[in-house]
Amino acid sequence: MKYQPYVDTSPKVSDEIRKTTCYMCACRCGINVHLKDGQVAYIEGNRDHPVNQGVLCAKGSAGIMQVNAPSRLRAPLKRVGPRGSGEFEEISWEDALSLAVSWLKPIRDENPEKLAFFTGRDQSQSFTSFWAQNFGTPNYAAHGGFCSVNMAAAGIYTMGGAFWEFGQPDWDHTKLFMIFGVAEDHDSNPIKMGIGKIKARGAKIIGVNPIRTGYNAVADEWVGITPGTDGLFILSLIHELLKVGKIDLHYLAQYTNAPVLIDAETGLLMRDKEGKLLVMDRLKGEPVPFDQSGVKPDLNGILQRDGKTHHTVFHAMVHRYLSTDYAPEAVSDRVGIPAGRIRAIAAELARVAFEEAFEIDQEWTDFRGEVHSKMTARPVSMHAMRGISAHSNGFQTCRALHVLQILLGTVEVPGGFRFKPPYPKPAEIHPKPHCKVTPGAPLDGPHLGFVHGPEDLALKKDGTPARIDKAFSWENPMSAHGLMHMVISNAYAGDPYKIDTLFMYMANMSWNSSMNTKGVIDMLTDKDESGEYVIPRIIYSDAYSSEMVAYADLILPDTTYLERHDCISLLDRPICEADAAADAIRWPVIEPDRNVRGFQSVLCDLGARLNLRGFVNADGTQKYMDYADYIVNHIRKPGIGPLAGFRGDGTASGRGDVNPEQLDRYIENGGFFVEHVPEEARYYKPWNAAYQDWAVTMGLYDSPQPYLFHLYVEPMRKFQRAAEGHGDRQPPEHLRARIKETLDPLPIWYPPFEEGAVDKELFPLHALTQRPMAMYHSWGTQNAWLRQIHGLNPLYLPSKQMREHGLKDGDWAKVTSAHGNIVVPVAEMAALNENTVWTWNAIGKRKGAWALDENAPEATKGFLLNHLIHELQPPKGDGLRWANSDPVTGQAAWFDLRVRIEKVPPPKGSQPNFAALKSPVGKGPSELKWKVGS
Amino acid sequence: MTELPSRTNRKLGLVIDLDTCVGCHACVISCKGWNTENYGAPLSDQSAYGANPSGTFLNRVHSYEIMPESGGAAQLIHFPKSCLHCEDAPCVTVCPTGASYKRVDDGIVLVNENDCIGCGLCAWACPYGAREMDAAEGVMKKCTLCVDRIYNDNLPEEDRVPACVRTCPAGARHFGDFADPDSNVSRLSAERGGFDLMPEQGTKPVNKYLPPRPKDTMEEVDILAPLLTPIAEEPVGFMAWLDKTLEKI
Amino acid sequence: MHPAPSVIIFTSLSGIGFGLLFFLGLGLPAPKGWVAFVFFAIAYVLAVGGLLASTFHLGHPERFLKAFSQWRSSWLSREAWLSVAALSVMGLYGAGLVFYGVAIAPLGWVGAILSLATVYATSMIYAQLKTVPRWNTPLTTVLFMVLALAGGALLSGNINVAMMLLLAAGVVQIAYWIGGDQALARSGTTLGTATGFAQKGQMRAFEPPHTGTNYLLREFVHVVGRKHAAKLRIISLILMIGTPILMLSLTFSHVIALIAVIAHIAGVFVSRWLFFAQAEHVVGLYYGKR
Ligand SMILES: Nc1nc2c(c(=O)[nH]1)N[C@H]1C(S)=C(S)[C@@H](COP(=O)(O)OP(=O)(O)OC[C@H]3O[C@@H](n4cnc5c(=O)[nH]c(N)nc54)[C@H](O)[C@@H]3O)O[C@H]1N2
Ligand SMILES: Nc1nc2c(c(=O)[nH]1)N[C@H]1C(S)=C(S)[C@@H](COP(=O)(O)OP(=O)(O)OC[C@H]3O[C@@H](n4cnc5c(=O)[nH]c(N)nc54)[C@H](O)[C@@H]3O)O[C@H]1N2
Ligand code: SF4
Ligand code: SF4
Ligand code: SF4
Ligand code: SF4
Ligand code: SF4
Ligand SMILES: [Mo]
Repeated sequence: MKYQPYVDTSPKVSDEIRKTTCYMCACRCGINVHLKDGQVAYIEGNRDHPVNQGVLCAKGSAGIMQVNAPSRLRAPLKRVGPRGSGEFEEISWEDALSLAVSWLKPIRDENPEKLAFFTGRDQSQSFTSFWAQNFGTPNYAAHGGFCSVNMAAAGIYTMGGAFWEFGQPDWDHTKLFMIFGVAEDHDSNPIKMGIGKIKARGAKIIGVNPIRTGYNAVADEWVGITPGTDGLFILSLIHELLKVGKIDLHYLAQYTNAPVLIDAETGLLMRDKEGKLLVMDRLKGEPVPFDQSGVKPDLNGILQRDGKTHHTVFHAMVHRYLSTDYAPEAVSDRVGIPAGRIRAIAAELARVAFEEAFEIDQEWTDFRGEVHSKMTARPVSMHAMRGISAHSNGFQTCRALHVLQILLGTVEVPGGFRFKPPYPKPAEIHPKPHCKVTPGAPLDGPHLGFVHGPEDLALKKDGTPARIDKAFSWENPMSAHGLMHMVISNAYAGDPYKIDTLFMYMANMSWNSSMNTKGVIDMLTDKDESGEYVIPRIIYSDAYSSEMVAYADLILPDTTYLERHDCISLLDRPICEADAAADAIRWPVIEPDRNVRGFQSVLCDLGARLNLRGFVNADGTQKYMDYADYIVNHIRKPGIGPLAGFRGDGTASGRGDVNPEQLDRYIENGGFFVEHVPEEARYYKPWNAAYQDWAVTMGLYDSPQPYLFHLYVEPMRKFQRAAEGHGDRQPPEHLRARIKETLDPLPIWYPPFEEGAVDKELFPLHALTQRPMAMYHSWGTQNAWLRQIHGLNPLYLPSKQMREHGLKDGDWAKVTSAHGNIVVPVAEMAALNENTVWTWNAIGKRKGAWALDENAPEATKGFLLNHLIHELQPPKGDGLRWANSDPVTGQAAWFDLRVRIEKVPPPKGSQPNFAALKSPVGKGPSELKWKVGS
Repeated sequence: MTELPSRTNRKLGLVIDLDTCVGCHACVISCKGWNTENYGAPLSDQSAYGANPSGTFLNRVHSYEIMPESGGAAQLIHFPKSCLHCEDAPCVTVCPTGASYKRVDDGIVLVNENDCIGCGLCAWACPYGAREMDAAEGVMKKCTLCVDRIYNDNLPEEDRVPACVRTCPAGARHFGDFADPDSNVSRLSAERGGFDLMPEQGTKPVNKYLPPRPKDTMEEVDILAPLLTPIAEEPVGFMAWLDKTLEKI
Repeated sequence: MHPAPSVIIFTSLSGIGFGLLFFLGLGLPAPKGWVAFVFFAIAYVLAVGGLLASTFHLGHPERFLKAFSQWRSSWLSREAWLSVAALSVMGLYGAGLVFYGVAIAPLGWVGAILSLATVYATSMIYAQLKTVPRWNTPLTTVLFMVLALAGGALLSGNINVAMMLLLAAGVVQIAYWIGGDQALARSGTTLGTATGFAQKGQMRAFEPPHTGTNYLLREFVHVVGRKHAAKLRIISLILMIGTPILMLSLTFSHVIALIAVIAHIAGVFVSRWLFFAQAEHVVGLYYGKR
């Protein structure tokens, strides 16, 4: 045998593995952080973790470059130059906190609403909202409003949960998976793992998306739909399924409000004296409460009462959706899908749901007390995200999708879509929004929640919005997550009122998370007659030298995700799986080498300095020394705290006393905690007695909460009634017609607002963005490894458009919307809807940010589509400028954008081109030869 | 050693499933992470935060569009590529120093960095672009098939697979011994029609690729298809059907 | 392929240098004393200078000795051995001429063969590469040899032979270019075979793996310079073949000879630049580039 060199095939991998939770995105996978000489050497997925089961995405593996990024902020900063210059001086924490207190204390004592506290990609919302509530301002929300509130709210109002954090396909049993408008999503690794499982079984995937990348590229069938028309497509599928009777009648009768009677006069649902929904019992032929044991709800029940004929919800649906308006032929042109293909998809859904159904031998008892010997599968599952959500008709489209799933009987059954604890959780048991301000005292309750009618809106006595973002006002009554994207423009306009201090956390609002970026920059820097900034004070917490840093007056530098405690709590957005409740922590696996502090710990300190009730002891001393202290010792309700695991003596789950060793137990367990759902509680959760009981013991519910799915969403009808003139809380005149039209309690479709507001001939193309799988918004850029994969973004044009405009890859084009124009490099894509252009989201960077060279491709060739999107729609004849948002929830309509393209000679770089920011952290090194340990 | 072994005891390699790869680049970065910290010199990056970032990677994911002859919708395929550990590896025989070699035991093609003069000839000889010269270290880098993981006693047994395989969220990468006809990779490749890249180059790659399954095969359906026989065109008729059907439930 | 100056200089100069050594080894001419010294000095400067230049593109030139180890399989290693052997043998032969005024003819013949063999080995480094279809032909070897010989003849003052060899070189060069332009297509390697999707339909590269550049693109994909290829081919022919032939047909003078030599070398540089710049490595297919 030939000589072969010796290779050490068993080198030592690391000194130690510390298990924590990834935060390179919001998916929150478990990671094993390998350390050598106390430094991060390598990061891999944690095999035991419920979310990622060992796998890790590109961002997760690149965490080592994030933790060591040269863009990390180093110390508290006080602005010394003008806003937007990037000129700061480093100050001590004591000075920083005193300064913050000197701004916040007077506000709190006089008028807490003068503080707007908004947190972006916050994973500690139950904590930050608690702080804001204690401060007493009504102005708190996280990023949900510009992200995907349409999906969340539509899901919760319809069936007590939506996709992503609320639930997931039954990956192990589904035979047909249909995915709408998803490029990557929050459930990043789980979706990929699920697709892998489906592929391994040879099951089918249908991708509905104008763009065929990623998940849509591996889909067996690609439906390259016209943006903004999914609602119409889905209602056409519903039309077909109804027409041929391929719907799950038993399911509809038992578990949904399909058989519930609608009062013919008011359009409200009929109830008995105790307020229980009424259905007609097929056996007795009389109205009975829906949950009576033995009831056989009649989907075609008719109640004659007081000379009126009252029909069921189902009756109303059949009448609406059987209309030929929804026939495939009628919608085909608008949705851009041939009628025969719509029918084929309807047929495939029907075939798989009903002909490939199977049963699981598992007895279960429903909420009416009926025992079922089996669980019947409807192995069709769906998933959708921002592609249908981020349109101004998104709420209704998301509703339509949930209704489609429910008609097929495929929610919470084997092979279908399954909720993850703490969901299902119907809108009724969520809190309602609170907005009562008392100087020097906490707010009267949680800020955000679910409204059930005009009486729940957050309005002042004079009827004007109580919140700076106008959430829960007539403009968007069901804005469950607030409207972060409207805060700056409203505060600038002083509409509904002026504020004093804008306090933000983890949101790049002067760049990629705002619409109308240039406009926002101007609003942040504009001064009034007295020479004061129109938005007088801005405090911001970031961990890195982002674009937003330059626009704040005081910077509270955060740690990186491996240097702090965090809590991924069942109280907000936990990491549960359909079969388990789970939560997790982050803990400082390394110590920061800079003068930075975890933001939540800073809030504990600030809260105490401001003497906020929840943050001080009876004697006025600081209650929580830091966030870790809060995580362990805070009590939300008796026995319930931020973490559900290892409570009491360490063995209690869900409910239990404070356990001082809780964090140690989490660390020993790999940074997370899981409690499995009992076997008989795995499906039919909203109606399954075993699940309901388990959820109560876990502290997810206070008492069993079985409920019906709401095909018909009654609160919407209540808003419509107000618009029709009923009740004493009345919408302003200019909103009446829109509320009547768009808050229909049964799903409808209407064209996205921008379609009506602009000349479609002038702006013939749809323009979209997608998340690249290997980048997280703006913060991927500073990552030396990831930025090599996505260092610049071309605008992708369909082949037809490339030809028509005489363009080839690398040419430049001017892209114009009703709001403005940009000049960008273009590239061809064939697998793309022929009237759609798109680019990767948030690759474009401001010169001087992120410790990058000013000539970095991100800044010279990269660009944002955000410059073309305005927070208001173009002016119409009525003299009003309507928000570029969904009229139900206020969700930002990022994807309604229409543009036109012109070829231009290559410019020096993409336009607009902003002046370079002065970097508060200098520039990164030129060469990396990373290796730690000896 | 630059002569190739006449046979190797095993043929370790990867199966990459192009039907499943979503193009997420997870394998690219986990490879970068592992190999920066382990075998040989770190995989360096130049202009890391600068105008022209460029670094050494042992695994890169391309993407291609296919316009089907039939005229159907265009398709997009994600295409990860690393060293294929060829049986007839031309990169090995050209090497003047013997730094490049193919292991007799398992067929892994490696570069012994202490012997490499950085002449680049092996990279010239590789048709697949699987070798990259590290600009900082001046030696040739390539996929090691994670030779320092797959036998590593310091790793739990289940982790003794390449970093890219362990991390792939979609499960599109499989590792095993192609010399064993019953191994997972041999069976997968046989079942799904695993194929070679550039067979005409005569390199006899060990790694196999699984082809994407046929796409967009669903036939458009007309109204008369059995699954779509209408029960009624009008709500009245529908409600009558409903009553009848509900009787039966 | 990236036309790295070090490699262009190396192959061009060392080729001519060994070509000169070849003629010196054959005793054509067989000068003595100082004249011999000058001839050998020129040959060594060219051959050794070329070899030294080639080390500039090594990552670890200090380890060059290791390159002698793999003569059984590697043409680069063989080239190393052969060049050292040729230089040593010719060194001895030259020393005889310079210092003792004796021509040990058999030593010269061996040296001549070794010199030619060195050029052959150099050419095989390229000709062996299936990955570069333009190079992967015996014509590469013929071209390298004929150019080395023509240059050698020119420098050694073998005017008639030089004329013939220059003409031959011109023919080979033209044939090489014409053949080379079809080489990639003839090789049968396409994006289709590279990805295995040859049967599936028309293909195009969509996103590259990285938006920036990388070693592979820098080393193997050189599209920029090719635009001027046609012009450069003519320039190369004029300088490398035409000018020397013209000069040689004039009455001999040292100035004219110098012009012939300089023009030839410059032409060889251009030819060699094209040799690299026009060569398409199949890896470019993966990037949708050739
Ligand atoms: N055109 C277009 N625009 C969009 C969208 C779109 O689809 N198209 N999507 C919208 C959506 S859904 C969203 S969610 C937004 C996202 O936009 P943003 O919410 O602004 O998200 P990022 O850009 O990821 O980062 C926000 C900030 O968090 C900081 N950060 C990162 N890690 C930490 C940390 O550990 N601590 C602290 N304190 N800060 C940290 C980063 O440095 C960055 O400045 O973009 C929106 N903008
Ligand atoms: N890697 C990575 N992961 C992330 C993020 C990130 O920045 N990077 N960001 C996180 C955040 S904040 C969010 S909100 C999620 C969002 O994750 P996704 O919901 O996947 O959102 P986008 O990436 O914006 O992709 C929107 C998709 O919808 C499609 N689309 C647009 N309009 C329509 C339409 O009218 N109909 C249909 N059917 N499709 C349409 C687009 O083509 C695109 O594929 O991702 C999260 N995960
Ligand atoms: S999906 Fe990736 S970035 Fe997000 S948490 Fe998981 S590993 Fe981290
Ligand atoms: S990790 Fe897997 S799915 Fe992602 S690019 Fe690599 S092979 Fe494809
Ligand atoms: S893929 Fe390239 S580097 Fe790997 S063995 Fe084959 S020829 Fe050598
Ligand atoms: S670069 Fe190194 S491994 Fe490659 S052929 Fe040259 S010496 Fe061998
Ligand atoms: S086997 Fe190891 S070295 Fe090779 S591509 Fe995968 S991770 Fe990289
Ligand atoms: Mo988002």
